[in-house]
Amino acid sequence: MDCCGSGAELTAALTPAARSSDGEVLLASRIVSDGMRQTDLSVPTMHCGACVRTIEKALGGLAGVQSARANLSTKRVTVRWHFDGGPPPFVETLSRAGFEAHLFDVESDEDGAPSELIRALAVAGFASSNIMLLSVSIWSGAEAETRDLFHWLSMTIALPALAYSGRIFFRSGWRALRHGRTNMDVPISLGVLLAFGMSIYETVQHGPHAYFDASISLLFFLLIGRTLDYMMRERARLAVKSLVRLAARGAFVVQADGTQVYLAVEQIAPGMSVRLGAGERVPVDATVSKGDSELDVSLVSGESVPLHVSMGSTVRAGTLNLTSPLMLIATATAENSFLAEMVRMMEAAEEGRSGYRRIADRAAALYAPVVHVTAFLTFMGWMFATGDLHNAITIAIAVLIITCPCALGLAVPIVQVIAAQRLFKNGIMVKDGSSFERLAEIDTVVFDKTGTLTSATPRLASAENIDGASLSLSAALALHSRHPHSQALVEAASGLTRSPVVFDDITEQAGFGLQARSGATIYRLGRPSWAVANPDVTVGGASVVLTVNGQWMTGFCFEDKLRTDAAETVAKLKQSGLRVEIVSGDRNESVQLVASALDVPYRSDVTPNEKVARIKSLSAAGERVLMVGDGLNDTPALAAAHASMAPASASDVGRCAADLVFLRQSLLAVPLAVSIAREARRLIRQNFALAIVYNVVAVPIAIMGLVTPLIAAVAMSGSSILVVANALRFKGGQRIPTSAAPDDARSAAAILEVAE
Amino acid sequence: MKDYFYLILIALGLGLTALTAFMWSLRAGQYDDLDGAAERILHEETDAPIRTTQPRR
Repeated sequence: MDCCGSGAELTAALTPAARSSDGEVLLASRIVSDGMRQTDLSVPTMHCGACVRTIEKALGGLAGVQSARANLSTKRVTVRWHFDGGPPPFVETLSRAGFEAHLFDVESDEDGAPSELIRALAVAGFASSNIMLLSVSIWSGAEAETRDLFHWLSMTIALPALAYSGRIFFRSGWRALRHGRTNMDVPISLGVLLAFGMSIYETVQHGPHAYFDASISLLFFLLIGRTLDYMMRERARLAVKSLVRLAARGAFVVQADGTQVYLAVEQIAPGMSVRLGAGERVPVDATVSKGDSELDVSLVSGESVPLHVSMGSTVRAGTLNLTSPLMLIATATAENSFLAEMVRMMEAAEEGRSGYRRIADRAAALYAPVVHVTAFLTFMGWMFATGDLHNAITIAIAVLIITCPCALGLAVPIVQVIAAQRLFKNGIMVKDGSSFERLAEIDTVVFDKTGTLTSATPRLASAENIDGASLSLSAALALHSRHPHSQALVEAASGLTRSPVVFDDITEQAGFGLQARSGATIYRLGRPSWAVANPDVTVGGASVVLTVNGQWMTGFCFEDKLRTDAAETVAKLKQSGLRVEIVSGDRNESVQLVASALDVPYRSDVTPNEKVARIKSLSAAGERVLMVGDGLNDTPALAAAHASMAPASASDVGRCAADLVFLRQSLLAVPLAVSIAREARRLIRQNFALAIVYNVVAVPIAIMGLVTPLIAAVAMSGSSILVVANALRFKGGQRIPTSAAPDDARSAAAILEVAE
Repeated sequence: MKDYFYLILIALGLGLTALTAFMWSLRAGQYDDLDGAAERILHEETDAPIRTTQPRR
């Protein structure tokens, strides 16, 4: 039951970041024809036919919208609208219909590779099936005349197919050779081309043996592996991209004459005045010129308590303005801002990891020289023994065909695709196959605290000891603020009856709290030193108090809320022999609380640079580290670690840097991913063993010159089927229970609406 | 044998037709939204597809 509106709580948490103004919509749209624009929206909570219908109806009903089409597979909506008088309110309409929507850039992901691979696969499939049919009749003993005719026919089919489908391998093999390296595509291209060349010679000479079928079906099998591998990466990439964009896309710039324009982030220059509303993200590094507010810096520094800023304070790009509007003076361009700095650090850190080479490439580096030397020795041997040039070449080429890494090309991708499928069902996205290989090798797990082990928002401590009336009164006040403590109060009071007190006038004082008037009574909710009139009254450890006319009523304490299953996750990881530690940028006290609750060693007050240094020193000691983190400050560490995971709530760059992204709340994704990666490694090794056994049996037969096209075809398909069958044995561990959300009421409503 | 050669041409022709049909469906965006298509059967409105990607030349 994961349908319709499961994102309700998500919507509540993300609305401040998801706000988009008209200017932003305009920037992200593109012109399709005269006066017509197209906007793509990502709607991650779209789950069923009812959602599709609700979305299309809601958007289609807006003035100026020509058509709206929802795509359930990619969870995107394409809207075409007439450009006169600004864009219709897409995001607002959808949020009223119960869907959280984000603007989506289509320009960046236009790349023709998937359809090129699929087209090549289709052509190779057509050619190999037809040539195989002709070959079967040759093997069944066709007369010499018919055989020649069929060889000519096969060649006519094979030539264009080889040119079309084979170029993917030829290109990659050629590129590797030119750089003085060798990869799997070099022996493939060589084998296919030599087999084809020899077959042409045989056909022209009316010889009995042609290998058209072998060379084309080889391409077909290898393209299957290649396509599967590509589709796995592509799906994960799209899913990650369609999540929330956290970096600001643009901001309102106040010009000299007082008018405001919406400029893209790249166009904001140092010295410009920027107006930043509550709930918006800081576009570039800047200083505050007017106003008082609180900033959520958890993504940047890992600190969960908001930072109070006033005139003269420096603010960093990517932080979220919580309480009141600010005027900023930009001090850096977008490419010199904190965010870009993190990206640069990430790229620098990543260089250490690029030394990793995938199993398949390592195998190819060993495999290719062995195969080529064997074929060459066979040729020399037969030349020496018989002196028959044609016979020696034929046998040497048969060796090349038999050893062509057909099963090897499938052995790795098929296992990784099945593993990725298992993870996908559990809400975990994998960037590419090499992440699996690296994840299987790790022996240490480093966690970030804020946003990873704990939720980004704090929770009210010991709520059951607090009197219900004053809690609901505080919650009624807190509704008027975006401060995380206020939101925690509202959440804690959600089950209580609403407070009967009616407020006349509510004001928020940044850094202090909320003040409200009800008749002659003044209520204050906030910092003890500010809310309590008499500073001598002791209030215990409470960080927020509620006062009536300066008299202390109730004190509230807040604690970090551990993410679902954090304790179980840590226990499971330790059980499977991994070391666990916490490295956080937050203050010592709050990290210590979490660390002692989970019983793991910790480091606090760590800068992004020190995080990278910590991971480097662990790696230098021979450990392979899995970094799990979400903040901007974790990004360089994510890139430096041997493997990395990030929750879906992570910053944009963080998600791009991480190898795996998990979408569900539960941290159990971490041990599950590790166990699946380890099982995948086991199966890949088995598949390699199978491929080696096959070669040990088949190569001597080929060297002895006993291979006919029939034997080659049977051996090749046989080994491929064996490898695929072995991969299908993948079990992939237990499933994570989907977070049971109270969805039933909402989806029932959606079904009713459709029925009406 | 020569008498039956035309059968081979027919077989190849059929295969080519299937290949062309597949290429067309790929290009026309028939595979863009596999989950959505199954759900749309249940909707009452007319349901002409609109292009969401630019056709490639």
